[in-house]
Amino acid sequence: MVFSPNELTSYLIIGAVLFSLGLLCVLTRRNAISVLMGVELILNSANINYVAFSHFGSGNLDGQIYAMFVIMLAAAEAAVGLAIVLAIFQLFHTIDVEAAETLRE
Amino acid sequence: MDISTAVFYLIAIITVGSAAVVAFSRNIIYSAFSLLGTFAGVAGLYVFLGADFVAAVQVLIYVGGILVLILFAVMLTHRITDVEITNRAAGRLPGLLVVAVFLVLLIQTIRETPWVKAKEVVHQPTTARIGDLFLENYLLPFELASLVLLAAMIGAVVLSRKEIKE
Repeated sequence: MVFSPNELTSYLIIGAVLFSLGLLCVLTRRNAISVLMGVELILNSANINYVAFSHFGSGNLDGQIYAMFVIMLAAAEAAVGLAIVLAIFQLFHTIDVEAAETLRE
Repeated sequence: MDISTAVFYLIAIITVGSAAVVAFSRNIIYSAFSLLGTFAGVAGLYVFLGADFVAAVQVLIYVGGILVLILFAVMLTHRITDVEITNRAAGRLPGLLVVAVFLVLLIQTIRETPWVKAKEVVHQPTTARIGDLFLENYLLPFELASLVLLAAMIGAVVLSRKEIKE
């Protein structure tokens, strides 16, 4: 196996590494914003796979369209997620995910 | 090694290295800023994959939108001076172990699967074809996407406004 721009596996491996790092962020971070950053990494790795399969596999553009929809949903997710983080911060004065375990004051 | 391979290696190293900083840095400001490297590197990978329009969208929305949003949230929710306590991680060792095993399994699977590959890979402009697809095959998801964005925008405004207590 060679690691080159003309091989599908090299893109898949970059995607796998990004996914693992994002998963590590989501699993171990206690700061809600860091957890959201991990989710962004995971979405990016999925997008790399979509575009790579679209390029090397069929040659049609469906994979790129799906990547675009994922980017759009990531924007919506970031806006709502960070708004929730700000609301939690106003309520609890911290964004530690373990401190904010109830949904009310 | 020709120049495009070298550039590919550079982009791969930037992408993975910045993602590692995001996952391991003790300072959340460094984490947030190194997301820039990851997003830009992923855009570079899209260029290598012949997806010019997706690369432009990646730069515009991720770097121009989501990253700025994350930086705003970091600045608004932290006393920037106590960097020591801002980005703690819990259970790092078990987490690292689980993720390492998972990554090894993933890479093993990727290497052993016989991927089907198209006979020849062509690079050509994609923007016009993507536009056609959005307005033909993917018209309903495209319209639904605008509704989702509207709902997300209203939700964000409602959630983040200050409650005024009487």
